[in-house]
Amino acid sequence: MVVISGKGGTGKTSIVASFAALAQNAVLADCDVDAADLHLVLQPSIRQTSDFSGGKKASIMTEKCVGCGKCEDVCNFGAVIFKGPANDVCEKTYAIDPISCEGCGVCVHFCTNDAIEFKDAVNGQWFISDTRFGPMVHARLGIAEENSGKLVSLIRKEAKRIAEERKKDLIIVDGSPGIGCPVIASITGADLVLIITEPTLSGKHDLDRIVDLAAGFGIPTLVAINKFDLNADIAGEIEVDVRERNVKAVGKIRYDNVFTKAQIMKCSVVEYTGGAVTEDIKALWRNVTYAF
Amino acid sequence: MKIAVASGKGGTGKTTIAVNLAKTAEGLGHKIQYLDCDVEEPNGHIFLKPYIENAKAVTVEVPEVDSKQCTGCGKCGEICQYSAIIHLKDSSVLTFEQLCHSCGGCFLICPAGAIRPKQLSIGEIESGRSDNISFVQGKLRIGNVRTVSLIKEVKKHIEDGCLAIIDVPPGTSCPVVEAVKGADFVLLVTEPTPFGLNDLKLAVGLVRKMNLPFAVVINRYGIGDKEVEQYCQAQKIDICLKLPDDRRIAESYSTGQITVDVLSEYKEEFSELYEYTKSIKAGIDDKRRLQVRRKDNP
Repeated sequence: MVVISGKGGTGKTSIVASFAALAQNAVLADCDVDAADLHLVLQPSIRQTSDFSGGKKASIMTEKCVGCGKCEDVCNFGAVIFKGPANDVCEKTYAIDPISCEGCGVCVHFCTNDAIEFKDAVNGQWFISDTRFGPMVHARLGIAEENSGKLVSLIRKEAKRIAEERKKDLIIVDGSPGIGCPVIASITGADLVLIITEPTLSGKHDLDRIVDLAAGFGIPTLVAINKFDLNADIAGEIEVDVRERNVKAVGKIRYDNVFTKAQIMKCSVVEYTGGAVTEDIKALWRNVTYAF
Repeated sequence: MKIAVASGKGGTGKTTIAVNLAKTAEGLGHKIQYLDCDVEEPNGHIFLKPYIENAKAVTVEVPEVDSKQCTGCGKCGEICQYSAIIHLKDSSVLTFEQLCHSCGGCFLICPAGAIRPKQLSIGEIESGRSDNISFVQGKLRIGNVRTVSLIKEVKKHIEDGCLAIIDVPPGTSCPVVEAVKGADFVLLVTEPTPFGLNDLKLAVGLVRKMNLPFAVVINRYGIGDKEVEQYCQAQKIDICLKLPDDRRIAESYSTGQITVDVLSEYKEEFSELYEYTKSIKAGIDDKRRLQVRRKDNP
């Protein structure tokens, strides 16, 4: 099951952490690799750390550059800059801006003097950990790095391997906001998508787009409305809208500061309080498991 | 001047800050441009309610192979790093356009001239006006992954001589890099919670790596703890606005209203934020003048 939202900040991670506490036999996967937060609540003990390489990066060996500019001509990403240091041949050489380089290797191929190296880039790290609720796979994408989709796929694959190995029948995936590459990577091949939305016009607008995305993949989709009492009218409209699209609204969670308080105590909402919000989340969980 | 409004964590209030800043500066008679670069989920239009004058499709070039001309040499499959063009054992060639980054390698390398560029639609750009604010937004086509290419196109609409406010997508990876690139200043919007702090640190790492000047806005101030403030203090990062945790702000947000339009007590806050960005601009101008002077008198 993948928990996504379209719009950011609707409460995905807090709800996933609560599900982790409520589920009996789950593996947890944090696929929000460029702003991962689930570890802040689940406090994992890391058992295994590995480097992640999603591709290659070009770099110009200054001493071999003859300043012909072929690399700049062929680069479609504006990553080649004529600002490299001097060498024996020319006063100025070419260099590659690692932030703009998308690792296509076209400059490497067309370099007239074999002056460009093309090595595996380290784009981040990923971890296999234990938490108080079971195993967890998570990652840290390097800052300003790319290939988040590939890292998401890797995490999902590892979570699946661990689930099979330890005979766990559920993988709960915390996804990222948006509808782009990491989101597509996180939902591809999932059995169930749960969208967490909020009763705001922005939430509703973004929900519409993410429902379309999930429908395009033919994945059964459920919707839960967090902070539903912030605007009960819009919450009602969302319920009607999704029903018309054959998507089930399976839960409503009230607006409550315990989400923040639990976060500060490094625990999930259901561990933090036995109050009304916890009842909302438990009801949502029951409906989700029923959908399974 | 170009100001990017970014945040590591989603839902911290980037759009709220961006539209309120735009509205406030417009009210003071300045030429404003608002560019929504959160092309996966653009929300600025919900608040600015622009009159759209122009909509155009954005396409990228992906390979199309003419099987009659293809000699089956396999060079295209060798150069492609994204598995977007694959050479099979029976010498036929398959393309997967959604995986293509448009590096152009296959066009350049094909000795038979059998690969032609084909236009793939990745989304659209809409532009128009909201009162005196010039409005531009990118809208990624659903199921498409070329977020970065679309952001690049949106940014080509930036006009000189106005304050361009760029609404950036959440996160810290390539779409964010593209959206903040070339900005004169970045406002990092966060909330005073452990998630907010964790993701703020990542965002700070990103703007520092890109050498961009920045300051922090704390939204929902009072909701959580003091750690974000302590972090900013320790790191000598300016906090240029603390917007209180006020349910009325959240409620007006929910219906697509701009805070300064409905809660007049916050006009002051955003005017100060605008003054702050102006002082930043003055600082940048001084620096440029200094550089020019140095060039004049080496």
